[in-house]
Amino acid sequence: MQTGTRTSARQAPTIAVRIQTEDFDIAREIAALTRDRREIGAVVSFTGLCRDEGGRLSALELEHYPGMAERAIGVIAAEAVSRFGLSGITAIHRHGAIEPGGNIVLVVACASHRQAAFDGAAFLMDFLKTDAPFWKKEHLAAGGTGEWVSAKDTDDKAKARWQRNG
Amino acid sequence: MSIRIVYFAWVRERIGKGSEAIDLPETVKTVGELIAHLATLGEEYAEAFAVPDVIRAAIDEEHVDHDQAIGSAGEVALFPPMTGG
Repeated sequence: MQTGTRTSARQAPTIAVRIQTEDFDIAREIAALTRDRREIGAVVSFTGLCRDEGGRLSALELEHYPGMAERAIGVIAAEAVSRFGLSGITAIHRHGAIEPGGNIVLVVACASHRQAAFDGAAFLMDFLKTDAPFWKKEHLAAGGTGEWVSAKDTDDKAKARWQRNG
Repeated sequence: MSIRIVYFAWVRERIGKGSEAIDLPETVKTVGELIAHLATLGEEYAEAFAVPDVIRAAIDEEHVDHDQAIGSAGEVALFPPMTGG
């Protein structure tokens, strides 16, 4: 078996991180990540949307730390690729005002097999929630601005499960 | 020594500005000491840093703990726990 030849033909993993105000097209992002890749057998995508919290919110305002936001997600994405042997991963996070039903974040992870793709997408999201410098402020349906969204203990626990297993 | 500090989310709102240059006293060596120093600069700072333990910090865009030395940092960021995603 010419394992060496097969390995050298394998393309380097693709990592794409974007922070933007514009919306994203999930189908287009999946196509871009998998184009001309013949070893990919699994693609998992996660999309995070803005909720209205029972009609209370008119929008969430997403603030971020330019520069560090890209860098922090890039570090997590590279870790996910290396840890799960992903063929590629794309992470897009929007900022600015986003209305209920609108997209906030997209992760697309692809790999030869499904478990790595599922794990890669979940790992990136769990670390993004606690380590990527974004903050959400509520805009109220009744008018005016509400509170800054508080960080959740459950997000820390979601991240810790990877560290415990890791 | 003067250092650039950036603030985000409710830390930024309470202080009333997104960034500033601060002259550091000799005694301020770590991030924790910087937060304690800033809290003495006025009511708005005292309010922003009323619970120091909750404040997260980054030096030159890397997360750091409060005991991290500031050293020759170009930029220190102070902000609440993150809530992206």
